[in-house]
Amino acid sequence: MATETHSAADAAAAGPGMPQLDFSTWGNQIFWLVLALIATYLILSRVALPRIGAVLAERQGTITNDIAAAEDLKAKAIEAEAAYDKALLDARAEAQRIVAAAKAEIQADLDVAISKADAEIAAKAAESAKAISEIRASALENVKVVAKDTTKEIVAAMGGKADAKTVTAAVTARMKG
Amino acid sequence: MATETHGAEEGGLVFHPMDQFKIEPAFGDGAIGMFTVTNATVWMALAVVATFALLVLGSSKRAMIPSRMQSVAELAYGFVYKMVEDICGKEGVKYFPYIMTLFMFIVCANFLGLIPTSFTPTSHFAVTVVLALAVFLTVTILGFVKNGAAFLGLFWVASAPLPLRPVLAIIELISYFVRPVSHSIRLAGNVMAGHAVIKVFAGFAAITVISPVSVVAITAMYGLEVLVSFIQAYVFTILTCVYLKDALHPSH
Repeated sequence: MATETHSAADAAAAGPGMPQLDFSTWGNQIFWLVLALIATYLILSRVALPRIGAVLAERQGTITNDIAAAEDLKAKAIEAEAAYDKALLDARAEAQRIVAAAKAEIQADLDVAISKADAEIAAKAAESAKAISEIRASALENVKVVAKDTTKEIVAAMGGKADAKTVTAAVTARMKG
Repeated sequence: MATETHGAEEGGLVFHPMDQFKIEPAFGDGAIGMFTVTNATVWMALAVVATFALLVLGSSKRAMIPSRMQSVAELAYGFVYKMVEDICGKEGVKYFPYIMTLFMFIVCANFLGLIPTSFTPTSHFAVTVVLALAVFLTVTILGFVKNGAAFLGLFWVASAPLPLRPVLAIIELISYFVRPVSHSIRLAGNVMAGHAVIKVFAGFAAITVISPVSVVAITAMYGLEVLVSFIQAYVFTILTCVYLKDALHPSH
């Protein structure tokens, strides 16, 4: 406003320096302003604001519902996870139980088989020992007979006459030694 | 902003920063009567159209996932709604359409006024004084209707020491009646000053040496004016809310 450099004629033509203070236009402006405000108010209060408010409320409701549904699903997921964990634990315990049972069964079988085998082995060993002692006895007998025969032959070959009794006594005496 | 034709023949620097605010008949010449369609009328109507386009056409799809226009409409709605609710409380929500009307009209008129060669209705005191007086009268009448004589408690500062209260009452009374003045002059003054400054810089652009500086200055001022356009609409609206709160809850 300090830079107003209108010539006098211009100033006269333009009216006051500020068109804002030209009160002759105020009535006109106020009339149209009131119309514009009424129009805006009607547009807003009748159409725009209820509609936008409804959209916002609806969105808020949807979001709330979605969050609730999500929480529900999350709870279900946690539940399912717990059930899964429990099933896993159960299965593991069951498996351990089965393994232990199988082990015990096998051990029992094994014990039975071992004791049976031990008994058999013992029987066989006894039998063998008996056979060995028999063989040994028969062998001694044979040795005695062979020794007597050999002695008789040797004595006969030496030209002597072998007395059976003497021979037997000698062989028996030798075999003891 | 108005064209700069006359004065060019005088030579040298001639500024007509206020010419852009002249009210002229939109169609043809002649005197401006009460119902003449003027440039002010046209731009007020365009502000109404812009409001309609943004808030009604923008939200016409009622989309759950909003389009860009709908987002802006919802943003404007939420912005003013929250302002009213925060300041005036739940009872103030009833007056939300009224306040939204003021906000949308001022903000649309301000922004449309930033279009080069356009006209800004809110740069005129005739417009802002009516807006401010409407707020003032509404608030005053509402205050008395709602609270009766208790509304006068607004001027009687009960928390102050007794001897001070009459003095404060006078100050409060003066400040109360100054409200519409500051309310209206703040808006029109800001808008007018910004536009006039841009016009002055544009006048300097006639000098070749200065013109680059002038163009930069106009650009900077324009950016500032964009801010001012919104902020002044915001300030006008928030002050309306504050005054409304006084009417609803007059106690300090």
